[in-house]
Amino acid sequence: MNWRITKVVDVINETARVRSLVLDCPDWPGHLAGQHVDIRLTAADGYEAQRSYSIASAPEDDHLVLTVERLDDGEVSPYLFDVLTVGDELELRGPIGGFFVWTPAMGGPILLIAGGSGVVPFRAMLRHRTAVHSTLGARLLYSARSMADVIYREELSRLADSGVADVVFTLTREWPAEWTGYRRRIDMELLRAVSWTPAERPLVYVCGPSAFVESAANALVDLGHDASRIRTERFGPTGS
Amino acid sequence: MSPISRGFVGKRPSTDPRRLPPGQYVTTDFPVLSAGPTPHSPLAAWSFTIRGAVAQTKTWTWSEFTAIPPETIKTDIHCVTKWSKFDTTWSGVSLDVLLAQAGVDPSAKFLTAWSDGGYTTNLPLEAVTGGKAWVAFSYDGKALAPEHGGPARLLVPRLYFWKSAKWVRGIELLREDVPGFWEVNGYNNYGDPWKEQRYQGD
Repeated sequence: MNWRITKVVDVINETARVRSLVLDCPDWPGHLAGQHVDIRLTAADGYEAQRSYSIASAPEDDHLVLTVERLDDGEVSPYLFDVLTVGDELELRGPIGGFFVWTPAMGGPILLIAGGSGVVPFRAMLRHRTAVHSTLGARLLYSARSMADVIYREELSRLADSGVADVVFTLTREWPAEWTGYRRRIDMELLRAVSWTPAERPLVYVCGPSAFVESAANALVDLGHDASRIRTERFGPTGS
Repeated sequence: MSPISRGFVGKRPSTDPRRLPPGQYVTTDFPVLSAGPTPHSPLAAWSFTIRGAVAQTKTWTWSEFTAIPPETIKTDIHCVTKWSKFDTTWSGVSLDVLLAQAGVDPSAKFLTAWSDGGYTTNLPLEAVTGGKAWVAFSYDGKALAPEHGGPARLLVPRLYFWKSAKWVRGIELLREDVPGFWEVNGYNNYGDPWKEQRYQGD
């Protein structure tokens, strides 16, 4: 698979630790919502580092967008966050991955369960669903530490307010004084309350830190959801 | 020739760079990757089967399998998602031992490993014979955790780690190559980390 040179045309600060890179990639072959890319950084002496990032844009969007969380002890994300800016080149290849994807032909309803920056591929799926005017049900359950940590907050709120998709937040550390929503980590009761029943056979996607995904996916299976209709994508260490 | 990334220095690994395949970085964690929920199968229901182009289909129960003298394997492992982990220690039964008990038909050239949860991966037979592959049931001196593929996973450390199928329940020997789960989802058919064979066409 070939490497391509893209150009950063915009940088959007999503939260204090998360930014989106809007890239110009004239020969981009297209992608499916949920796929990722590999990026490669090259130092002046030829040293290289590669990492994978989910694509945040829909196939229909004008630009390829990557959303990056700054990991303080990381090698690549601090560069993307602190140094890379509009006008810089960024080398990448993709799209990659043919399983953690959604197209309307796969059916629905779709239940998207995000932990932290695990929301990124879901933004691509929700935008794609809107772009193709799919009427299949879609519900995002998004676990974040606080409202300030919610990525794409305005876009998701608009989506929910317009009734185009259901968006449910659960805040695990801090919440506004007037907050009436969920305020805990995702568990079986919360999943039972938010998700379609197993009999309605939702297509479920879970994305987030490894422990988050493990726990949510296990709870879904325990609730009776068909394991073959649950797709997972994990990032980060296990901590053990 | 890659363009220089303005202002990029990077964290250089303190380890011998010749130990690290291209595009990889060293981690001391043990990240988990899986396409779906972690299966939890009781040992009483577990078995391992070799079928297909063999003299006879052979199935081991958990107690029969763990009665076979295991080997200790100390090896580096390389995941296609870029992390490599050095000096991992496993216990497992050599696939050479299991294949000898089933009796490989000379027509067998490939195999498909299959797992609880429906995962499959394909390998050429030569990639798993001659001390290159094990069915591993312990990691770092402890029973292999379900997230990492327990009760038992394939261990083929010379190839990217998706070939080391978690929750493995058997292998089928084949005359023709049949691409497995990731292999039909954009990943390379062989997966040699030293040739950076990550994706189709690499």
